[in-house]
Amino acid sequence: MLLLAIDTSTTAITVGLHDGSSVVAEETTLDARAHAEHLAPGIGAALDAVGAAPGDVTDVVVGIGPGPFTGLRVGIVTGRTFAFALGLPVRGLTSLDALAHRAWRDGHRGDLLVATDARRKEVYAAAYALDDDGAVRTAEPVVARAADLPSRLRALPCAGRGPSLYPEALPHAAGPLDVSGGALADLAVRRITGTAGGDTTAEGLQWVDPGRGFDGLEPLYLRRPDAAPAPPSKKSTLG
Amino acid sequence: MSDEPLVLGIETSCDETGVGIVRGQTLLVDTVASSVDEHARFGGVVPEVASRAHLEAMVPTIERACRDAGVQLRDLDAISVTSGPGLAGALLVGVASAKALALALGKPLYGVNHLASHVAVDIVEHGPLPEPTMAMLVSGGHSSLLLVPDVTNDVRSLGSTMDDAAGEAFDKVARVLGLPFPGGPHVDRAARDGNRIAIDFPRGLTTGRDMERHRFDFSFSGLKTAVARWVETRHRAGESVPVADVAASFQEAVVDVLTRKALLACKEHDVDHLLIGGGVAANSRLRALAEERCAKAGVTLRVPRPGLCTDNGAMVAALGAQMVSKGRAPSDLGLPTDSSMPVTLVQA
Ligand SMILES: [Zn+2]
Repeated sequence: MLLLAIDTSTTAITVGLHDGSSVVAEETTLDARAHAEHLAPGIGAALDAVGAAPGDVTDVVVGIGPGPFTGLRVGIVTGRTFAFALGLPVRGLTSLDALAHRAWRDGHRGDLLVATDARRKEVYAAAYALDDDGAVRTAEPVVARAADLPSRLRALPCAGRGPSLYPEALPHAAGPLDVSGGALADLAVRRITGTAGGDTTAEGLQWVDPGRGFDGLEPLYLRRPDAAPAPPSKKSTLG
Repeated sequence: MSDEPLVLGIETSCDETGVGIVRGQTLLVDTVASSVDEHARFGGVVPEVASRAHLEAMVPTIERACRDAGVQLRDLDAISVTSGPGLAGALLVGVASAKALALALGKPLYGVNHLASHVAVDIVEHGPLPEPTMAMLVSGGHSSLLLVPDVTNDVRSLGSTMDDAAGEAFDKVARVLGLPFPGGPHVDRAARDGNRIAIDFPRGLTTGRDMERHRFDFSFSGLKTAVARWVETRHRAGESVPVADVAASFQEAVVDVLTRKALLACKEHDVDHLLIGGGVAANSRLRALAEERCAKAGVTLRVPRPGLCTDNGAMVAALGAQMVSKGRAPSDLGLPTDSSMPVTLVQA
């Protein structure tokens, strides 16, 4: 097995490769404004690092957010297209889960709030309970002003960039700031196998049929689009 | 089998998700998924709505194009994609998808200019482009006159609109006349029963000083305002508005200026081929007047069929195939998008 994991929901444009027993490569670039520039080269670099070709990949997983839309879409369309081109199964995972799982891999235990930058003075947030078996989601993802989150959640240790952006509302910074491709890959393998990386047989890994894997890959936008037509200054550059 | 390059092109600069496949100068398939209906109620393209639609349509459109053309992805020689100009978020979906294809398949990637693609598409319709060719691109987003010595690396801008694009003027006038979005086809239809000399609407940038300083530039904002004022005056007087006559007279003002300047450019640059592309090229009066004036001037007119004039993937594939044929180096996988990519930059 060689699972390719992609996430572009946070400042990290991040790629991970997992061989079924461990994370074997990770490539991350921190750049909130240029997702499309770094992602494909990052995938190429991760494959090069383990001497693998694109055709060696067996599974694709993408973080489906929530996250700022423009960057988020880059990761999802890249994962969908890469998998389609090679006839591979592809599936999405909630990016906030991957961030919580990263904190878990770093050794965090107990309750954890994950709050990432949603721009427009808001955060994407979800809460988790972490024990030795992993992270279980205890509050569903929302988009809100940090100060408007329930006080019991704001009192928790908080991973993601929320605390550095809104230190008064989220005073207990803890754990990683961004999703990592390695943590997403590891979470994906655990979700597939239902174990800590145990069952890597073909049967245990067939989760989505090639060509039918796009239904579970919808982005978590959590916001409606702004219904304003393109400003004339932008439109006039179009052909 | 053919030695000509098999190229898949992706276009997502505005509201159409286009995928085309071209072999050399032969069009194999042109597949388009449009989100225009979702924008209609806003009276213009909403960028976030367009981007969401591109994401959903991208892979299914690639899949459909390959199936309809009977092409296996592994048989492609290259991938090409619009890297600009256009709506930033919309461009990103197509470029990211094209990169993923190129990376997964190990094929070269060409990031190309949307406007040069509008010119190149006529190669799959009417054969090789004479060098140089004069090209006029008129759409909802752009109005420009281009001198094209070589569509793969030498495109020169002679002029463009100072304010509204020609197609935008059609949309705005349609709204004034109570016609639906997009305005182009509706104004064209309404104008068929109208008198095009009924109202003498202004021809922007066509007299004296303007012809010195903005010889090949266009301006449609004054015209649009003049139409709105004329209609408003009738409303105030309690008179009915002769929609057909207004549509016909407005349309005549637009196509008169466009064709007059295009043929002047041909004459002054000694070019005997004029290509008209972009969505407004589908306008029946523009085609008729251009034919009439080209015939009189001894200029050969080339207009791709309407489906190839509007935004599509075939045009991007057509330019990509030219790039491969001429041995141009591919773009880097780190290729950025450029929402205001200058027309003179053919490849990113
Ligand atoms: Zn166009």
